[in-house]
Amino acid sequence: MTALTDDTLPVTPRAMRDEMIVFVVMALLLVAVPFSGIYPFFVMQALCFALLACAFNLLIGYGGLLSFGHAMFMGTAGYCSAHALKVWALPPELGILVGIVAAFGLSLITGFISIRRQGIYFSMITLALSQLLYFIYLQAPFTHGEDGIQGIPQGHMFGVLDLSKPTVLYYVVLVGFLAGFLLIYRIINSPFGEVLKSIRENEPRAISLGYRTDQYKFLAFVLSGTLAGFAGALKVFVAQNASLTDVHWTMSGEVVLMTLVGGLGTIFGPVVGAFAIIAMQQYLAGFGQWVTVIQGSIFVICVLTFRRGVVGEVAHYFRRSL
Amino acid sequence: MKKSIASLLLGTALAVTTAGAAFAQDKTVKIGALSDQSGLYADLGGPGSTLAAQMAVEDSGLAAKGWKIDIISGDHQNKPDIGTAIARQWFDVDKVDIIVDVPNSGVALAVNNVVKEKNGVYINSGAATSDLTNAQCSPNTVHWTYDTYMLAHTTGQALVKAGGDTWFFLTADYAFGAALERDTTAVITANGGKVVGGVKHPLNTPDFSSFLLQAQASKAKIIGLANAGGDTTNTIKQAAEFGIVKGGQKLAALLLFLTDVKAIGLETAQGLNFTETFYWDMNDQTRAFSKRFSEKMKNGAMPTMVQAGVYAGVRHYLKALDALGGNPHDGVKVVDKMKSMPTEDELFGKGEIQPNGRTIHNAYLFEVKKPSESKGPWDFYKLVGTVSGDQAFTPLSESKCALLKK
Amino acid sequence: MQALYAQLLVGLINGSFYALLSLGLAVIFGMLNIINFAHGALYMMGAFVAYFLLNLGGISYWWALLFAPIIVGIFGMILERTMLKFLTGLDHLYGLLLTFGIALIVQGVFQNFFGSSGLPYAIPDQLKGGMNLGFMFLPIYRGWVVIFSLVVCLATWFLIEKTRLGAYLRAATENPTLVRAFGINVPRMITLTYGLGVGLAALAGVLSAPINQVRPLMGADLIIVVFAVVVIGGMGSIMGSIITGFALGVIEGLTKYFYPEASNTVVFVLMVLVLLVKPTGLTGRAA
Repeated sequence: MTALTDDTLPVTPRAMRDEMIVFVVMALLLVAVPFSGIYPFFVMQALCFALLACAFNLLIGYGGLLSFGHAMFMGTAGYCSAHALKVWALPPELGILVGIVAAFGLSLITGFISIRRQGIYFSMITLALSQLLYFIYLQAPFTHGEDGIQGIPQGHMFGVLDLSKPTVLYYVVLVGFLAGFLLIYRIINSPFGEVLKSIRENEPRAISLGYRTDQYKFLAFVLSGTLAGFAGALKVFVAQNASLTDVHWTMSGEVVLMTLVGGLGTIFGPVVGAFAIIAMQQYLAGFGQWVTVIQGSIFVICVLTFRRGVVGEVAHYFRRSL
Repeated sequence: MKKSIASLLLGTALAVTTAGAAFAQDKTVKIGALSDQSGLYADLGGPGSTLAAQMAVEDSGLAAKGWKIDIISGDHQNKPDIGTAIARQWFDVDKVDIIVDVPNSGVALAVNNVVKEKNGVYINSGAATSDLTNAQCSPNTVHWTYDTYMLAHTTGQALVKAGGDTWFFLTADYAFGAALERDTTAVITANGGKVVGGVKHPLNTPDFSSFLLQAQASKAKIIGLANAGGDTTNTIKQAAEFGIVKGGQKLAALLLFLTDVKAIGLETAQGLNFTETFYWDMNDQTRAFSKRFSEKMKNGAMPTMVQAGVYAGVRHYLKALDALGGNPHDGVKVVDKMKSMPTEDELFGKGEIQPNGRTIHNAYLFEVKKPSESKGPWDFYKLVGTVSGDQAFTPLSESKCALLKK
Repeated sequence: MQALYAQLLVGLINGSFYALLSLGLAVIFGMLNIINFAHGALYMMGAFVAYFLLNLGGISYWWALLFAPIIVGIFGMILERTMLKFLTGLDHLYGLLLTFGIALIVQGVFQNFFGSSGLPYAIPDQLKGGMNLGFMFLPIYRGWVVIFSLVVCLATWFLIEKTRLGAYLRAATENPTLVRAFGINVPRMITLTYGLGVGLAALAGVLSAPINQVRPLMGADLIIVVFAVVVIGGMGSIMGSIITGFALGVIEGLTKYFYPEASNTVVFVLMVLVLLVKPTGLTGRAA
């Protein structure tokens, strides 16, 4: 397997400083959104997908594992949270927790099954597992088939934050996203993250150095799946529905595309990619039948001309890791 | 967002202080045609639905009375997320008053919630789910054209009465298919028929031969197709191949559109029975409308019943606005006005909107012509029977809509 | 019991489509190391080309069996020359994404011009009707599909595994520099191989045109199942994908009888089970 990413640059204090500057700028921009006149629902949706893409990126960009079924974590958490909120009438914070726990459980099982497979076989087994799950959700009565779970109550977070107010909801989602993002950043720069990168670069060497690579990969898989579940649980509050599209393989494909467009193995790439793709879906909607053609062209151009993704190319140009 | 909250507050303040007279000034309307522009339902709704809405605006003659009416269109790509996001943005940013069409039940139900929350108007024509006027009914929603209850009742009843008393179902394995099968089964047994078997197939199955063999072996007189779109057309095509109709069994497609028949071709589709509420070749008025419509379509297609429903719905909506003398930008108020006026248009004839939002109009049982009987590229149907609206649609006594309890 | 025979036979018929399609994928993966996501779209193009040949050129089904694969194959070779060849040596992911983008474009363009509900294509007169086998009514066309695709599959296998040209091909994937040193034009061979794989997809499209509605999205859902077939058979294995294709058709046919709701899912259950026992598929090599 050839290296997917281009971060051969050493992690220096200067690189860390660059990343912190970009992070602060990003956070400030996002905090300012409600005052800017940009439509907040669009940004909220993009934030949920950005977190999902970051979680996915943890696995592929730093672990070298391409999961082609990542939608299953988002969808599972979405369904479980939605069910908890609507049928069990749990408060939002517990609803999110239910979703996260469900995704955690799922990632334990699927990780156990898939983690020993190599390369493309890993991708295919995750795809197969997500298709199985799709079938289960289609059959299970609590998901209401293709109608989905609709009209999910947003409720009051911790009993005080009224999530039906768009501005309040926006900041709750933003805090969730930033927390998830920082956690991923921390993981990447921890000793665990370093081992992960070494496995990606050369697994046999990592094994010969005494690392139990399967355990590292398994842990990365579970972390990634659980964080994807967190994104899915947050999305329930934004979309107020949970539907089969969130567990369909095309959604898994979209996550791959977001990460690729933004830049595989870059810290900020998935965020940029998610915003780009969601904006495309939103603003190209007026082009009617040409949407798929435009989307397809963008992917082709992306693969042929800027393979490192938007952020990857920028970072490469300035010789910085971002 | 702050700005829009402020304007909302301002708006309500104005509404409280000034009476109806103030609204008479406001004669702007914005219509959003939300459909599947690129996927499975693009032919039966899609760009044709947007065109139908435009024609309704032109035909309403409101422009001459000083009204300014804009139409925008969007593609929900069959994803509830995208559908709701577009709907929200339309209400919050683009100040859309009414959303029309929305095929795909999942998206339709999701949009239904948004429209209710934003107090807009929602005229659904493309979705099949009867939940829109039952468990999930809303004071902002009107459901035109058809629903699963109507399809099941009209087709089921007519065929059992004509002697088709044993049935075998090929059902798409999702909520829509299950609802169709359940409702049709109830009608069949109520009319003295019997369901001898059935099989549930996954959505988007390319090959139906296994299922058709089972249907053939069941010896049922009628094979009911409780599926839609590509699944239905493939079943019909392969049933011809396996000699099902030649063997004496009859196919009943519970949901079939004009564009589907066009796609299968008369050679294969001949003899099929199914229900629609509109066909272009019904009378002079429908022919005149359809001719104008077809001339403006890229491929010269005649309107489907979904597109006709969009036209009729928008016409009725504009009539209600005209009667109100201005646009109050208050969904419930406009829908109440729509419900209080009987519906009448060139396409669906006379009808009414029930308190649960269901539009009542005639339904027709058609049979597909033999190739030798067809005189033109879109001459497909023979009228077999007419069912009056009160017979075809859910009676109010059976409706589970909460609005009826008041 | 009779019903079961019928289901087995019907399964075999479906299996021939899986076999043809997965064979094309396997050829492309084996030689170019690209997972061709555009395969479903090219299959669809094959069916559309057959439709146009008949309705615009008056060219019959029989000639379409020859011309459609050639026309679509040339289209595929253009794709390879202009785009895919730049991906040599890169990760699988890029090939997958590029071909996915191509599939979106092709499907979008067709949808734009021909709508989503599709076009009719009749069974050729010579193959109309059917025969009663005692346990089932077999349409003659279906019988033709099984026999014809079996012949095509075996011929392709023979071409690649047993002829000199096939030997060059296999050698070129193992060590392109060395083969080039023998004076063989490796890039051209790769282009031709892609054309061959694509042509097989188009051929499957022509075969399915009289059975399925000719729709722009007809290949979009099939492609995932065919991927699974290739993976179960072992990526890049020619014989593996042929056998798995037919076998899967039969297993799916049985599922349609015993638990029809799961008939689209059973392939993924199989895939998980096979990969748990044999990490690189039934006959595959390491990725």
